[in-house]
Amino acid sequence: MAGATPSTLVRSSKTAVASAGLQESRLVRLILITVALLFIFVVLILPLITVFEQAFRKGLDVCIAAITDPDALAAIRLTLITALIAVPLNTIFGVAAAWAISKFRFRGKQVLVTLIDLPFAISPVISGLIFVLLFGNQGFFGPFFIERDMPIIFAVPGIVLATIFVTFPFVARELIPVMQAQGNQEEEAAVSLGANGWTIFRRITLPNIKWGLMYGIILCNARAMGEFGAVSVVSGHIRGKTNTIPLHVEILYNEYQFAAAFAVASLLVLLALVTLVVKGYAERKAEQARLDIEPQGGN
Amino acid sequence: MYIEVKDLVKTFGGHVASDRISFGIRKGSLVGLLGPSGGGKTTILRMLAGLETPDSGEIYIDGKLVNDVPPQKRGIGFVFQNYALFRHMTVFDNIAFGLTVQKRKKKEIRERVSELLELTGLTGLERRYPNQLSGGQRQRVAFARALAPEPQLLLLDEPFAAIDAKVRKELRAWLRSTIERIGITTLFVTHDQEEAVEVADEIMIVSGGRIEQHGTPYDIYKNPQTPFVAGFIGESQLLDDPGSLTGFEDVKPGSKAIIRPEFTEVGTLAEVSAPYAAQTGTVQSVMFRGSSWQVEVRTGNHTIYAYRSLEQKQLKPGDDVWVLIHRLYLFNDGESYVIENAKKSTAAAAKVTQSAAL
Repeated sequence: MAGATPSTLVRSSKTAVASAGLQESRLVRLILITVALLFIFVVLILPLITVFEQAFRKGLDVCIAAITDPDALAAIRLTLITALIAVPLNTIFGVAAAWAISKFRFRGKQVLVTLIDLPFAISPVISGLIFVLLFGNQGFFGPFFIERDMPIIFAVPGIVLATIFVTFPFVARELIPVMQAQGNQEEEAAVSLGANGWTIFRRITLPNIKWGLMYGIILCNARAMGEFGAVSVVSGHIRGKTNTIPLHVEILYNEYQFAAAFAVASLLVLLALVTLVVKGYAERKAEQARLDIEPQGGN
Repeated sequence: MYIEVKDLVKTFGGHVASDRISFGIRKGSLVGLLGPSGGGKTTILRMLAGLETPDSGEIYIDGKLVNDVPPQKRGIGFVFQNYALFRHMTVFDNIAFGLTVQKRKKKEIRERVSELLELTGLTGLERRYPNQLSGGQRQRVAFARALAPEPQLLLLDEPFAAIDAKVRKELRAWLRSTIERIGITTLFVTHDQEEAVEVADEIMIVSGGRIEQHGTPYDIYKNPQTPFVAGFIGESQLLDDPGSLTGFEDVKPGSKAIIRPEFTEVGTLAEVSAPYAAQTGTVQSVMFRGSSWQVEVRTGNHTIYAYRSLEQKQLKPGDDVWVLIHRLYLFNDGESYVIENAKKSTAAAAKVTQSAAL
């Protein structure tokens, strides 16, 4: 099965522990569990707690003031706008790419699959630099846009472009294994029953992939809102204009306004927590949908 | 001919799935495409349905060339091997799908679906989801779904492959009688000869992307035209030097023959029906086959299999017996014919003249 997703791993390890032959001694189990928990606490949970602890150190008032500061609000607004443009575009692209890869045979398919992963393989700083090289003052297309008073670099369009670039694998990556596992027999059945392409997508494909799609969109959104490296390169850090939440946090931190920095950062942490919860739910549903395939294939 | 296929060619990469296939099917017939896996049966079905595009060749349905007609407009019902039921839809919605696509009236859809539920014996299950059904029920949903828009042609790809052996027998009989009742032209794919013989009026033997033979099941069994067909239909065995068998001395050396266990008698001199045309042999092994014994016997330089009734005395390995071979299929330079035991027929003819003289 395609699902080396965390939930399948957890599930299979549960059954492995249950089988009698693999029972380790109590001591070994205790040590392993302690090591794992300790590690998670130090590396994951402690930093999270610190963020909130620092945010509230100087009291709730300071915290609220930091978030309602006009520059902070501008950063929040820009982050939302960026996500609102990048996520839907990447959703459309991701569905189209996953559809093409899983349902059609064509030359260069493997190349396309590899290219989709490109943004994962490249350092975000390089991703940002690519756009500076293309649209900057000395860039290939830069002068064209600057002459028409539509600067891309050090402006909102650059931030959106960089975010789209960095986040575009998420939806496609999530959908390709789901759609490949499902095959296209249901779609073919719909074709033979007289359905056209759009009807098939709306009534057959979409309901089958909805949880996988949801999962991909959530991950894509989390990354779009949290992206730092690439956005930092193209943004120019103009306060109240081209700062996103992560960039704003950095500026506050560099100015030694620790409480304010952590207050704004706690917004991102909250976003992360919500993402985790929704992700967990969507993943469980997607897994269920995947398991539903099996009894149909078998007896 | 209702369906007329001419010189159909389809290749996948370097693999030739369809090698200049031509055939015709009369309206209302129930045809089985039989052959080993990977022989190109499913490809033929998918090309008829428009799910694959042939590289060359023509497909006519009801006199119309349909090569460029999209699958949606061909009016063909297709039942997939794993049924491909819409897993997020209820049985009702599955069956209604083809009708809702045509934007039929709600009342009309409800009537047609309940009619099909009744036909397929699924009444009462309309609110279930596919994963809540047994294999046989799923197959019937797939069948009802394919029939709902009233297609002119029904195609079934390995309709019984995913069903356990016991239910399969019942479903076969049910499918056959239902198709006959509706009177729809039907093609189905199978690799199981028993299934093809039991369900189909006509069989096409497909192998290596070609149609080896097309005819009624009995005709194919009786007059196989190629060694492949003779070997594939019924139980059979290839013999290398048939000229050394009693009654077949005239056979040219170097030709190959196929023999079936039901063409061979094994027993004591008194049991064998024509002892003057038989030869001696030794029993090698005896196996119980449910309704008969299967006897392996060594005679001359051949090892031959035969059936023996449970009523007759049980043979043991090492017993000396008489072996009578009634007929063989002979294949020579692409020609094939049935050859009867010469001694048996001349002896029988002599007997007839003798009795006539008296």
